[in-house]
Amino acid sequence: MKRAARRHREGGLALVYFGACLVILVFAVALATAIGDYHIPLRTVFLAVWNGIGLGTAEISRIEFSIVWDLRLSRALVAALAGAGLALCGAILQALLRNPLAEPFVLGVSAGASTGAVAVIILGIGGGGLSLSVGAFGGAFAAFALVALLSNGATSGPNHTILAGVAAAQLFNALTSYIVTTSGNAQQARDVMFWLLGSFGGVRWPDFFLLLAVTALGLAICLWMARSLDAFTFGDEDAAALGVPVGRIRLILFGVTAMITAAIVSMVGAIGFVGLVVPHAARYIVGPLHLKLLPACAITGAIFMVLADIVSRILVSQQTIPIGVVTALVGVPFFAVILYRARPQT
Amino acid sequence: MSVVATDLEWGVRRRVVLSGVSLSVAPGETLGLIGPNGSGKSSLLRLLAGLKRPASGRVQIHGQDISRVPRRMLARQVAFVQQSAATDTNVSVRDVVRLGRTPHRSALGGWTNADEDIVASALERVNMTGHANQPWQTLSGGERQRVHIARALAQAPRIMFLDEPTNHLDIHHQIEILRMVRALDLTSIIALHDMNLATMFCDRIAVMKDGRLVMLGTPREVVTAQLLRDVFRVEAEVSDDPRPHIRFTGAPGA
Repeated sequence: MKRAARRHREGGLALVYFGACLVILVFAVALATAIGDYHIPLRTVFLAVWNGIGLGTAEISRIEFSIVWDLRLSRALVAALAGAGLALCGAILQALLRNPLAEPFVLGVSAGASTGAVAVIILGIGGGGLSLSVGAFGGAFAAFALVALLSNGATSGPNHTILAGVAAAQLFNALTSYIVTTSGNAQQARDVMFWLLGSFGGVRWPDFFLLLAVTALGLAICLWMARSLDAFTFGDEDAAALGVPVGRIRLILFGVTAMITAAIVSMVGAIGFVGLVVPHAARYIVGPLHLKLLPACAITGAIFMVLADIVSRILVSQQTIPIGVVTALVGVPFFAVILYRARPQT
Repeated sequence: MSVVATDLEWGVRRRVVLSGVSLSVAPGETLGLIGPNGSGKSSLLRLLAGLKRPASGRVQIHGQDISRVPRRMLARQVAFVQQSAATDTNVSVRDVVRLGRTPHRSALGGWTNADEDIVASALERVNMTGHANQPWQTLSGGERQRVHIARALAQAPRIMFLDEPTNHLDIHHQIEILRMVRALDLTSIIALHDMNLATMFCDRIAVMKDGRLVMLGTPREVVTAQLLRDVFRVEAEVSDDPRPHIRFTGAPGA
């Protein structure tokens, strides 16, 4: 009786949480689509979307439909996916590295991406045939490969992996600075800087579908391995004693996080703090078990990022603040609280 | 289930940690593993439990070579209790014991009533039922160790390995933990520091020195003044009533 009641209550609470989050996310995306220099009423937004997916034939002006469907909706949805992906990666890395301060860029991925980007923009590698995104993706994966190599295929323990990530980040940041200071002009350096801080400007439907595929695949793999992630609570050896193939799981999950992070970074820049902050918030609400935590991170991260995107567009009129600045402005105070609470227990 | 090790060798880089270790543990037996620091107790325990692969030699559990058994299958038969394993995650006692069901559950399979019953009886067994909803971080050292044992029990193993399970515990809890393990209907292999406790709770004692197994026998056969001098470099008197009891008298040359 009692145990059935408890399981029922736990399941019910989680369901309420996910339901509420879904509703909030839908409205956040709608709001992000409505707000802008040309304000569109929420009602029109929903009608336009309904028309866009071919379910309705409401009368809306072509301009409004185009703004909603061609410009703003894809941007809002990419923001949601980016937030979901980064939060997911953060949760996984915090579990695998057993470090509450781990986040998606701890494996040097963002540093690698910036090096790849400046190599394409400033050095002109690829002879103009390569886009900034491709360069960034290549750089991100190069950094991840270096970290994997330095930490023996990511099998030699959490601290070793973190140190390898620090070393890779230092190396690639130095390379970026070297390229920017020796051969870039001021305008190019500013462009790179702005891109790195993150921007959803210019993303369109193809970006969305690519990111949707990567994030959905990543989430599916991670959920499949959620039970194994729980087993890492007391460390690698303990996970092995519980029957988890530790080396294989680590390598696959590091690979998945690198793939998701690289895809996001190459599309919208290195947006900080979402991957650090959201997993802690989600853990506080749904608890530490990953089968619930990972979906909670994804949906909370999505909401957070869409709201941050709205703030970045309305904080200063006629100007968009880099999204990374907004997430950090919210993220740093939260980070300070975690640091304060994570003091050694006496 | 029986555990049979044959000619185990293991090392880190060029340093040999274990060499030529063979032993056999009968079903239901409690074997104590003693030896000075760095003698290879922990390494041997990990080789026997399949957490490390021997450079050569093999370990058989119930007649099966464990290097051929998948990790998950092995974890359904063998549980391993580390010495004072810790976490920063905010988990409850129940969550920790539930982890013990990991090798028995599929990736997305639900939590069954049978799982719940096994967890409840494991908690009952170590007398922690009343603490089930308590956060792990608030437990004392002795309680944590009991929860680790409950988690190992939730694995429903046939063999349990314990690496110095009584480290950092006061004498009351040391005896309580060992009595509990002893009362389990399992084959258990325990690395221990305290030789008096080993003689109290183990059927047989294996003595390690410099990576070799130097002696294996009943407490009465093994624990002698001669052995304590040779292996542990201490002078001691061993009384023998009703079981061996050690009284240390000093270190040689001191």
